[in-house]
Amino acid sequence: MDFRLTEEHEMMRKMIRDFAVNEVEPGAAERDENEEFSRELFDQMGKIGITGIPWPEEYGGEGADYLSYVIAVEELSRVEASAGTTLSAHISLCSWPIFKFGTEEQKQKYLQPLSKGEKLGAFGLTEEQAGTDAAAQKTTAVLDGNEYILNGTKIFISNAGDAEIYVVFAMTDPEKKAKGISAFIVEKDTPGFTFGKKEKKMGLRSSPTLELIFEDCRIPKENLLGQEGEGFKIAMSVLDGGRNGIAAQAVGIAQGALDAAVDYAKQRQQFGQPIGNFQAISFMLADCATKIEASRLLTYQAAFLENEGLPYSQASSMAKLYAAETAMEVTTKVVQIFGGYGYTREYPVERFMRDAKITELYEGTSEVQRLVISRNLLKG
Amino acid sequence: MNFNLSAHHQRKREEYRQFTQEHIKPRAKEIDEKKMFPREALQEMAARGYMGLPLPREWGGKGDDFLSYVLLIEEISKACPSTGGILSVHTSVGTYPILYYGTETQKNKYLSRLASGEWLGAFALTETQAGSDAGAISTTARLEDEYYYLNGSKVFITNGGEADVYTVFATIDSSIGKKGITAFLVDKDTPGMLIGTKEEKMGLNGSTTVELVFEDARIPLNNRLGKEGEGFPIALSLLDGGRIGIAAQALGIASASLEIALDFTRQREQFGQKLFDFQGVSCTLADYFTRLEAAKLMVYRAGWLKSRGEKCTKESSMAKVMATDLAMDASSKSVSLMGARGGLKEYHVEKYFRDAKVTQIYEGTNQIQRMVIAREVLN
Repeated sequence: MDFRLTEEHEMMRKMIRDFAVNEVEPGAAERDENEEFSRELFDQMGKIGITGIPWPEEYGGEGADYLSYVIAVEELSRVEASAGTTLSAHISLCSWPIFKFGTEEQKQKYLQPLSKGEKLGAFGLTEEQAGTDAAAQKTTAVLDGNEYILNGTKIFISNAGDAEIYVVFAMTDPEKKAKGISAFIVEKDTPGFTFGKKEKKMGLRSSPTLELIFEDCRIPKENLLGQEGEGFKIAMSVLDGGRNGIAAQAVGIAQGALDAAVDYAKQRQQFGQPIGNFQAISFMLADCATKIEASRLLTYQAAFLENEGLPYSQASSMAKLYAAETAMEVTTKVVQIFGGYGYTREYPVERFMRDAKITELYEGTSEVQRLVISRNLLKG
Repeated sequence: MNFNLSAHHQRKREEYRQFTQEHIKPRAKEIDEKKMFPREALQEMAARGYMGLPLPREWGGKGDDFLSYVLLIEEISKACPSTGGILSVHTSVGTYPILYYGTETQKNKYLSRLASGEWLGAFALTETQAGSDAGAISTTARLEDEYYYLNGSKVFITNGGEADVYTVFATIDSSIGKKGITAFLVDKDTPGMLIGTKEEKMGLNGSTTVELVFEDARIPLNNRLGKEGEGFPIALSLLDGGRIGIAAQALGIASASLEIALDFTRQREQFGQKLFDFQGVSCTLADYFTRLEAAKLMVYRAGWLKSRGEKCTKESSMAKVMATDLAMDASSKSVSLMGARGGLKEYHVEKYFRDAKVTQIYEGTNQIQRMVIAREVLN
């Protein structure tokens, strides 16, 4: 065992933290207020080399590993959870399946610009009636000559509207149910592909969440990702890895909130002393710090396992479950420590609390993580 | 980073598992029910070098590292938390102080016998009025003609009555507070040292917990450990290692109780299906196994840091809080998941539940751990 980050990882963290503090944090509150996505920030992420952080250089990536990737998501989320979502949806949900299942041509055409940050990626699986029950897809894809014709609607799609490249799931053979689902790469501006309503959310307000509408949308046959019928398997394997990105986001949110609370507890005076001197406050800080450390170890462990090519489904589900619940608990306690000030937008902690909730919901609810974990317990 | 146990540690863990199956598990129930001190098990452990596992070979130890020691306590505690606790107290606070602070003569006499397991060690700091506030001890040590005379009493001394040597803390000058505290090595047959009340406990029935009474107990000058007034820093320096040991014990308790509950719920049927097939059961177990994994990483990391001689105060306290709170919660939940059978001796899980509680209390209550963590976080 070795619980140290390598020097490369430490340097990477410092570089990303500097970027987060100098470039992301200053506008975070305003973007949240205005529900505004910043493409410029994504472009900057491309310039510092994190939009393709885990991919080989031949595909435009940085050639780093999954641990570097989760550190990047963590550090962005420490100042702005929405920025963490932008990167994790881009890498885990869109780039990852193209890297794993794409043909060489697809990788050159799509992964290259995604990695370099020239294009933004998104992922369309969820539908109104297919949330946790992701196999209940209604969107259809019918082969017509050299094209598939897509019809249906996807909801809750992160990065939608701004993204140029979408990995979309549709039924090619409804009778086969889960085994009739296929994955496709769809470009923005494809005729028949439009965007529906933009969701108004409690948190992650600078990360856009939209509907994708497909009306006789024709996409070239070569944009099928993997084999026909392989879509559900692709989606599930995407989520295994994606969960770890969300775990990292949750760690970052919780750490950002705790850092703010520690500063506040040292400065805020009541009864003639800093409130951090009171055990009612300091024990909360101790519990928060302990759970964050445990969340981080679980998250890094899952990334390590993925790097090593070892099974990581159980580890990433545990990491996401634990880290997401920790983020919710920590941010709620941190608002409590700030008292009335914590409830105002003068401080960032109410934003952290609103942002934390989604980590228990997306890329598999906490309930789904428990199902995954309990199934694995039966195997073990 | 590398989250895999090394080949060495994997081999060792397997060895400890086999040892536990053969020598610890068969008698664990009897030890609890009859409140038997596991003398035979300790002899078997001594024969394998387990009583001085992380201590240097030159002093009779096995020369392995602290992470192996953590794995050993965890595995033994899965079967018998009493034995795990005895080992932890013997090693972390009964033996290490002599390695750290002993003179050559003291090491020759005591360390080699403790590390080899020939002798058993104990640690006596707590008093009735000095629990968490360990600096408030009132046992006195008076120097007269090459001897210290100890007067006072110590309570809740693990391994008491069974140990061959005790590291005892007393003050040479109560007017200077903590700065008067001094450590002594006290042999079991020292005139004036008596074994007082033997506590009846809810759990850890295999390990002894006694009061030590000192009535002009005569300690040779050469048995002072460290300098006069150095006692409190000595006690504090042992805490990290002690906490990691108890965290490992708690990990074993949590793990064993959850495995019993998992097995039970996979067999037991109600409403025509296995209990485990109800989400109310399987999701609960998923939560606890997740916390177990988290606690394990925290404990192994603290052990790993200690192996490397790095500062690990925050990490040790965090590991202890996580693992011991989990041991209590997991064993309690395991009893619940098994219904009325959970409360029966036959199913063993009630024993883990009783044994778990003290892990939240001894070697620094979890409130003290939170004070330590908060101090580290705020500074």
